[in-house]
Amino acid sequence: MRPIRDIAVVAFAQSDHRRTSDELSEVEMLLPVLHEVLDRTGLKAGDIGFTCSGSTDYLAGRAFSFTMALDGVGAWPPISESHVEMDGAWALYEAWTKLLTGDADTALVYSYGKSSPGSVRDVLTRQLDPYYVAPLWPDSVALAALQARALVDAGETDEPELATIAARSRASAATNPHAQLRGPVPHGDHLVRPLRTGDCPPIGDGAAAVILAAGDRARELCERPAWIRGIDHRIEAHSLGVRDLTDSPSTRLAAERAGAFDRPVDTAELHAPFTSQEVVLRKALRLGDDVRVNPSGGALAANPIMAAGLIRIGEAAARVHRGESDRALAHATSGPCLQQNLVAVLEGDAR
Amino acid sequence: MPEVLKAPLVVEFPFTRSLGPVQSAFLTGLREQVVLGVRTTDGRTLVPPVEYDPVTAEEIRDLVEVAPTGTVTTWAWNHEPRRGQPLATPFAWVLVRLDGADTALLHALDAPGPDSVRTGMRVRVRWAPERSGAITDIACFEPYDGPAAEPAGHDGDFEDMVTGIVAPARLDYVYSPGRAQSAYIAGLAQRRTLGERCPSCRKVYVPSRGACPTCGVATAEQVEVGPRGTVTTYCIVNIKAKNLDIEVPYVYAHIALDGAGLALHGRIGGIPYDEVRMGLRVEPVWSEDGRYPDHYRPTGEPDADYETYKEML
Repeated sequence: MRPIRDIAVVAFAQSDHRRTSDELSEVEMLLPVLHEVLDRTGLKAGDIGFTCSGSTDYLAGRAFSFTMALDGVGAWPPISESHVEMDGAWALYEAWTKLLTGDADTALVYSYGKSSPGSVRDVLTRQLDPYYVAPLWPDSVALAALQARALVDAGETDEPELATIAARSRASAATNPHAQLRGPVPHGDHLVRPLRTGDCPPIGDGAAAVILAAGDRARELCERPAWIRGIDHRIEAHSLGVRDLTDSPSTRLAAERAGAFDRPVDTAELHAPFTSQEVVLRKALRLGDDVRVNPSGGALAANPIMAAGLIRIGEAAARVHRGESDRALAHATSGPCLQQNLVAVLEGDAR
Repeated sequence: MPEVLKAPLVVEFPFTRSLGPVQSAFLTGLREQVVLGVRTTDGRTLVPPVEYDPVTAEEIRDLVEVAPTGTVTTWAWNHEPRRGQPLATPFAWVLVRLDGADTALLHALDAPGPDSVRTGMRVRVRWAPERSGAITDIACFEPYDGPAAEPAGHDGDFEDMVTGIVAPARLDYVYSPGRAQSAYIAGLAQRRTLGERCPSCRKVYVPSRGACPTCGVATAEQVEVGPRGTVTTYCIVNIKAKNLDIEVPYVYAHIALDGAGLALHGRIGGIPYDEVRMGLRVEPVWSEDGRYPDHYRPTGEPDADYETYKEML
C-alpha cells in the first residue's frame, strides 16, 4: 500500500567515525553534521517543521545528553521536537509519521553515539531482560556468537564465508571517507568463538543527520529525492531461547509491509554489525547476488551505535540522490541478535 | 587550546525490581533447586517462564516443573570472562533446552575447553551453594552423561515466596567533557571564569558547552567574565543533602557574572541566609585546592539595579 503522502529523504550528512573523540562533547561532534545537512538543502534550523533525534545516555554515561545535544539545533524559540532512546532510524520513522499527518512538511532527524568513554560490550547488557539475563552480564559479542554458532550448525554459513563478508565490507569502505575501517583488516583471533575480531564491528563515535520533506517541498529541496515508498518495523520476543536465531521473521514482515518484495531492489544497505547477521538478513530479505549489498561498507566498517541504522537509510538515499540507485532497500536493527528490525524502500523518479 | 580533560566516572545503582507471579515462582523455585516452566496457550512449556504468552499475549499462570538436565542448542566459547559473568575462568555461553521444556535458557557452561563443547551435548544445572531467589542461583551448567532427571511435579507454590530482586549494575567510563567544557574547567584552575561568545547573537555563555542553544552555532571566541557578579534569583535550602558538609539553611542562587549573557548556579555564603536578596553583588571564594569557586560572598558594593539583570532571571 502506497503511503498517503509522498515523503522523501532529501539530504544526508554524517561525521567521520573514529575510535575516540575526546576533544569533542556530544554536541560538538553533532554540530558540524547538522550544519552540513541543512546546507545541502539551503534550509535554516528555523525552517524545519519537526525535529526528532535518537541517542542513549548509557553509551557515554552522561545523563540527559540528548537535551544538551539540542543546543546544536538552536531550539529557541521552542521548536516541535521529540527524542527516541533508539537508533536514529526509529527517529526517522517517527518523523515520517509526523509528516504523513500533514502537521509538518519538513523534518530534521539526527542521531549520535559516543561509545569511546565506556565499555560498549558491557553497556549493551543493560538493554537485556533485567530478571533472567542482565544479571549474567552476557556481552553483545557473546550473544552474536551464539547466533553465529546456530547458523554454522544449521549449515547456513561457515567461518570462511563470514571472513569473506568482513573483507568485502571493508573493501567497499575504501571509497567511504567517513568509515572507521577502510580496506583490508586482519580477520584476527576469536573474540568469542566462533566470532573473530574481523567478524565484529569497530567500536567508535559518530553522528548522522537526515532531512525529510513532503511532496513538492521535496522536489524544491533536492534534484532527485529518495522517495520513501514504504517503511515498517517489527520486533520479536525478547527471550533469546524462544527465537529461531537463524531466521529473522521480523525483518521479513517489515520488508513485506514496506513493499520490498513488490519489485526487485538494486541496492541494499543492511545494518548487520556482525558478519553472521548479514547471512540472516540476506535470507529474510531474499536478496540475490545481483543486489549491491552495503556499498558504504556497512556497520562492519563504521558502527556508531544509535546512528548506524540511520546511516543505512542515509547511505541508501544518497545513492538515489546521486543517480547510482533507482530502488534501494535500507535496514536498521536494534537489540541483541537482530531482535527488532526496520525496513525502508527508497526510490528515485525515473530518469 | 588547553589539554582535553579526562576523568574516571562510575555509574552504579542497585536496581530493586518487583516480580510478577510467574517470575516470583520461577526465582523462588531456583532457591529451592526446582526449575519451573510455564505452559502457553498452545501447550508449549517456556523456560525461563514469562507472565504473558509471547504469541497471543494472554496471561499465563500454568506452572510446570521441568528437569535440571537438558541439551545445548547453541554455544559460544568465552575465553576472557568479563566482570559480573557467571564464571571467572574460560567458559561457554550456552542456550540450554531443559528436559520437559520447549524453549532454551541462557547461562554459562563450565567446560575444560571449546573442543569439549558441541551443540546437542547433555548438561545439568550446577546449583550455587547459597541461593536467594535469582537467576544466579544456577551457578552454571556442567557436562552430564546420565539419564534425564525426573521432575517431581512441583506446582510452584512455596513457603516464603520471593517477591523482588535487587540487581546491582555498574558501568565504568572515562569521561571527557570535550573542548569547550575542558577550557572552562582549565580556566577555573587558574581562578578565571571563561565563557564563549556566540558569533550570531553575541551572548556570552558561561559555562559554554560549545554551541549557542538559541542560534545552534558553534561558540569559539573565549571571553573572561566576572569575577564579580549579581544574584538574579535564589532559593533557601532547608534539607541537608547526603554526603554534603554544609549547614542548613543555606542559599543557592543564580549569579550573573559581570560580562556573562546568562546566570550560573552557586551557593551564597558569608551573609545570613535571610539577608540574601536579588541584586546582591557577590564574588567567588575559591575552594581550598583553588580549582573551583566553593561559594560566592557579598562584595559590599551597593545592590545592582534591577534593569541591569532582568534579562537574566
